Amino acid sequence: MWEQLAASLTDGLLLGFVYGLAAMGLTLIWGVMSVINLAHGPVIALGMFGTYLCFTHLGLNPYLAVVLVAVLGLPLGFFIYGVAVHRVINAPHLSSLLATFAVNMIIIGVGTAVFSTSPQNIDFSMGTLEAGPLTVPGTRLVAAFGAVLFTAGLYLFLYFSRPGKAIRAVANNRRAAELMGIPSSLVLALSFGLGTMIAAAAGGLIATFFPFTILSGGTYELKSFVICVLGGLGHPLGALLGGLILGGLEGLVPTFMPVSWVPVVEFGLFVLVLLVKPSGLMGAK
Amino acid sequence: MKPGKWYPVIILVALGLLLPGAASPVLAAGKTKTVVIGFTASKTGKFNVEATRQINGLHLWMEQVNAKGGVKLADGTMVKFADKYYDDESKKGRVQELYTKLISADKADFLISPYSSPLADASAVIAQQYNKIMITTGAASDSTYKKGFTLVYQTYTPASRYLTGAVDLLGKLNPSAKTLAIVHEKDKFSTDVVNALKAYAISKGYKIALFEGYDSGTTDFAPFINKIPQPVGAIMGGGHFADTTTLAKQLYEKKINASMIALLVAPPEPKFAELGDACISVVGSSQWEPAAKYSPESAKKLGMEYFGISVADFTKSYQAKYNGETPSYHSAGGYVAGLLLQKAIEQAGSTDTAKVKAVLDGMNLMTFYGVIKFDTTPKAHGLQVGHDMVYIQWQKGKDGKPVKQVVWPEAAATASAFVCPAR
Repeated sequence: MWEQLAASLTDGLLLGFVYGLAAMGLTLIWGVMSVINLAHGPVIALGMFGTYLCFTHLGLNPYLAVVLVAVLGLPLGFFIYGVAVHRVINAPHLSSLLATFAVNMIIIGVGTAVFSTSPQNIDFSMGTLEAGPLTVPGTRLVAAFGAVLFTAGLYLFLYFSRPGKAIRAVANNRRAAELMGIPSSLVLALSFGLGTMIAAAAGGLIATFFPFTILSGGTYELKSFVICVLGGLGHPLGALLGGLILGGLEGLVPTFMPVSWVPVVEFGLFVLVLLVKPSGLMGAK
Repeated sequence: MKPGKWYPVIILVALGLLLPGAASPVLAAGKTKTVVIGFTASKTGKFNVEATRQINGLHLWMEQVNAKGGVKLADGTMVKFADKYYDDESKKGRVQELYTKLISADKADFLISPYSSPLADASAVIAQQYNKIMITTGAASDSTYKKGFTLVYQTYTPASRYLTGAVDLLGKLNPSAKTLAIVHEKDKFSTDVVNALKAYAISKGYKIALFEGYDSGTTDFAPFINKIPQPVGAIMGGGHFADTTTLAKQLYEKKINASMIALLVAPPEPKFAELGDACISVVGSSQWEPAAKYSPESAKKLGMEYFGISVADFTKSYQAKYNGETPSYHSAGGYVAGLLLQKAIEQAGSTDTAKVKAVLDGMNLMTFYGVIKFDTTPKAHGLQVGHDMVYIQWQKGKDGKPVKQVVWPEAAATASAFVCPAR
């Protein structure tokens, strides 16, 4: 029983780091520009395919491929922002919701035509770590470590760089930031680019241990919403905490009940947090 | 005589010229007819691997039968076959719409099922509604044939007999093993298989230590794997190619030990070998294997007719057509679906639904794929009752690469099964 619990919880928490990273992209975009990015899932899937293509066609190490994919995610985010989001940034939320939904449909449509919906797999092994009752595949460990690195990078960028501080200023009060001479349009584009970059990186990391299709991003997008609500919308570190809670639950619940109960508990918690603390665990009061 | 009086005669002569077959029995002998076989193929989606092999098999049959001039009907007409198909995207929701289109717009004369039980089940409804004969292949679920359909015929051994042989093999391999962990996809086919497996295992004295289903499309099996008690006699279950392959891979990564790991659908596929060491010792039930020993001689011993291509010729011609690819049971299933239609039309001497159905109802023959006989009782019309499964195990070849061997039943075995080594 305890061995199963330890193994299950470890697996869940390791996965939780990656869930948290995926949700961080979503929460950053929401926090800065109050846009619910429905293209988040397909961008995660593009990150998966980008890593897969670099691995299979260019022969790149998948973790190097994740870095490359993350770098490419930044201009992709700029592009999506410029084409679909910029013009509706000040419109009611429904407009930006529909605009990002359109991007979601376009990416899925093109992705299905190009890659089909057949499952793909990055056949890469990092061995297995054994410690007592724990047997952890190396790819999951490295992915969790990668997620922590990306989170640290984002944290350092937001708190110790001028563009990062500008992003936080715009998130705090866009009008005041503009009056201080911060070019808000550029900052918004940069935020969207960063959000996309992180989502793509999360997709790349997930692809190193799970098979995927162009539709796989949907699952992680849904989890990202739950995580954002848990951790607090607009709070990147809250997303990591939310990811760990969700991952922990996914490890904990199956120990005591059938695995099919996991979504029931997850979404039950989602509703509970909305009722008791709608701003999330680390959200503003 | 007025010229107008000749008009009926002129029209009759003109009609006679336009319909040469009707005008002279000599001309009738050269008449040809194209029969359209309609189906949907999962060219995309999670059934892509299995469905592609199935369609490859069907296309090989069509190419061969047409190359021989087709099938001769009683009136001397030569029937050639053409196909019409659409991508169902591995989605049940697309199937009924597409089969209706195949029948109504594309005028399909006969139907082949899509791959997988849920999709075949959905298509069978349309076949019955439009009075079209459908040969199902790649669809093992028993329940489809218990719905009162009279025109749907199954080529696969039903799901209820899919993994029961693995229990017998386990008994032989490790008599001290007494527990089974069953982790399965929660779809129609896999559920039918494991329910029958569970009942059979209990009847043989095994204890079911874990019996849990996962959603189709699951990629993370860690929550299920962590629940498998150690030690365990055998791990059985799985679902379709994509999820079962991932399950096998993750069982290996988590270093789970069991005397036997027997999984559905994926292991017999040659592509399963891409798992490398993770596929070694995994057992799979297969509808057919290239090492199968069905032949005119074995048919004679059983007192039945042998029809069509030999096992060796099928394997050879399939490899020649598809760049050396070894046919899997999905490929054989596709080929035999066409072969059965060919036999039924040939014997009926007609493409009429009622006449072809009568032949299928009475069919009891052997092909390269095995024995074919359909249940004709109202309770389970069309259910396959003649065909048997074989069990394969991935073993290491002399060059260290994975090799697929038939290990059960013993009479058909090409190698002895071994207990899954400690991981």
